[in-house]
Amino acid sequence: MTTVDEATAPALDAPGREPGGRWRRFRSRLTPYVVIFPGGLWLVIFFLLPMIFMLSLSTQQGSVVDGYSQVWDFGTYSRAFSNYHDQLIRSLEYGLISTVLQIVIAYPIAYWLAFRAGTRKSLYLFLLLLPFFVSFVLRTQSWNFMLADNGFILSWLKSPSIFGWHLPFHLGQSFHVLATTPAVIGGLTYNYLPFMILPIYVALERVDPRLIEASYDLYATKFRAFRKVIFPLSLPGVFAGVVITFVPVSSDYVNAHILGGTNNSMIGNVIQNQYLIVQNYPTASALSFILMAVLLIGVFAYARALGTEEVLEVAAR
Amino acid sequence: MTTVADTLDAPERAATPRGPRNKVRTRWGDRMLYGYTWVVILWLMAPVIVMILFSFNDTKGRYNTSWQGFTFKWYKPENLTANHDLVQALGYSLLIAGVTTVVSVILGALIGIALGKYRFRGQASFNLLMFAAISAPEIVLGASLLSMFVTFNVPLGVPTILIAHIMFSLSFVAVVVRARVLTLDPAIEEAARDLGASPFTTFRRVTMPMIYPALISGGLLAFVLSIDDFVVTNFTAGGVVTFPLWIYGTSKLGMPPEVNVMGTLIFTGGVILAIVNAIVARRRARL
Repeated sequence: MTTVDEATAPALDAPGREPGGRWRRFRSRLTPYVVIFPGGLWLVIFFLLPMIFMLSLSTQQGSVVDGYSQVWDFGTYSRAFSNYHDQLIRSLEYGLISTVLQIVIAYPIAYWLAFRAGTRKSLYLFLLLLPFFVSFVLRTQSWNFMLADNGFILSWLKSPSIFGWHLPFHLGQSFHVLATTPAVIGGLTYNYLPFMILPIYVALERVDPRLIEASYDLYATKFRAFRKVIFPLSLPGVFAGVVITFVPVSSDYVNAHILGGTNNSMIGNVIQNQYLIVQNYPTASALSFILMAVLLIGVFAYARALGTEEVLEVAAR
Repeated sequence: MTTVADTLDAPERAATPRGPRNKVRTRWGDRMLYGYTWVVILWLMAPVIVMILFSFNDTKGRYNTSWQGFTFKWYKPENLTANHDLVQALGYSLLIAGVTTVVSVILGALIGIALGKYRFRGQASFNLLMFAAISAPEIVLGASLLSMFVTFNVPLGVPTILIAHIMFSLSFVAVVVRARVLTLDPAIEEAARDLGASPFTTFRRVTMPMIYPALISGGLLAFVLSIDDFVVTNFTAGGVVTFPLWIYGTSKLGMPPEVNVMGTLIFTGGVILAIVNAIVARRRARL
């Protein structure tokens, strides 16, 4: 058994260390492939291969009843796009608005956590992540419950008096929050906010305090030190946050389903409906491809525009 | 942190008339940021607080609507298990999350070790594959898998959910384990071999204990990702209903109080585990 030792030595220092023959060197070079094989195979079969089947499915014709046949019909793409470009554009719009809102809301918190929270930093981080102990569908459902037309919040605001007190102002009976655009964007922002706070916090946390001190030494005011030193150094965190949140937000359909109405359906709702209810697989898979292409191109163009591959590096972490 | 800056800054500040006011303003700024952080924490917690509150609601009907008075009745075991579909959904979720954790930790750890310990041809493309699997929209993961299952007429159910969950969790485990392996000193494993340990013994007695924390955190991540997953499960479940799917299905009807109770119990259990874990970790660090 001990003679096999060299076989597992790191491939880097294996060659030339011992004149132990080609077979042994070959085996040591093979080791990483053997170790990676089971998981790698799983990823290839259940992640990469399905993409090809999705592509093939999107060019087929037929129906659930009669079966599908491969005809390489790429017209499905243009038909799907022209039928559903409203939902696609709406998804990107919601994604954009929600991402901007998240940056605006998250930045001050990340700043406070990184520079002002002191020793209680981890406590506040824990508090910010506390909602994750409840399933996100359940939390969204809970928002639906709170904001319902006759729910406990709106029925209070709509009633002319509370506990016998006459209110000077109350909302009209037809006022509603659910099934509106703000409800969906609010839900999306709510659900993905922590994923924006964390990367910005990490970036701010990494800012070298000596740089800030140096800026004060050079007579920078607090605001100028922030604008010229802290903010630029925190940008990688913001970029990472955008990459992490924009893709899932734009492809989400849970918030639009639970909090939105028929006028708020996003591309995710269409894809889900086409796949699972209508079972029009060609249209559904074509739409999935369009969505993936748009988001991938968006993310890569964004990374390029910032002139750095680091964005993807940070996002990967 | 700012002590050096403060002392150096002091004369300059005293010289200008707006020095002290600046200080007052920063104190106000700090207070506002502090208050603001609490407002956002409360906003994030609002649906959880409402969920917990309404688990004690004495509703007369099937669904929660308005506050009817305080009661513990929904926590009674017979009421808790009265809704068989819900109990079954929770059972499925736990089963799937458990199996997913075990399998994805094994497969993901192997990938993480290979990527962290060796340099080999094709490594960069494998990293890209993993990055793509992590960053691809969930709906595309679910849709493409369903496309493949449809093509081969694979019946949907627990096995297809497991395939999907293991697929998206193992990359996360691999990333966590790789990060840990990269920090390890290869000299330690070499020392073990020099002392005559076989590769297997080296792995079991030296490598494993060193990457153990990464296996635990990777496993926790896989468990959480799996038990909370909605989108991919929605596409690969067929007729099987997991906990998130069950809640989604009730969305247009309203929430039955049992859901609030289940949610509250899971929340409390999770928080207690996290706190105990933090305390144990702190104790261990002090020793």
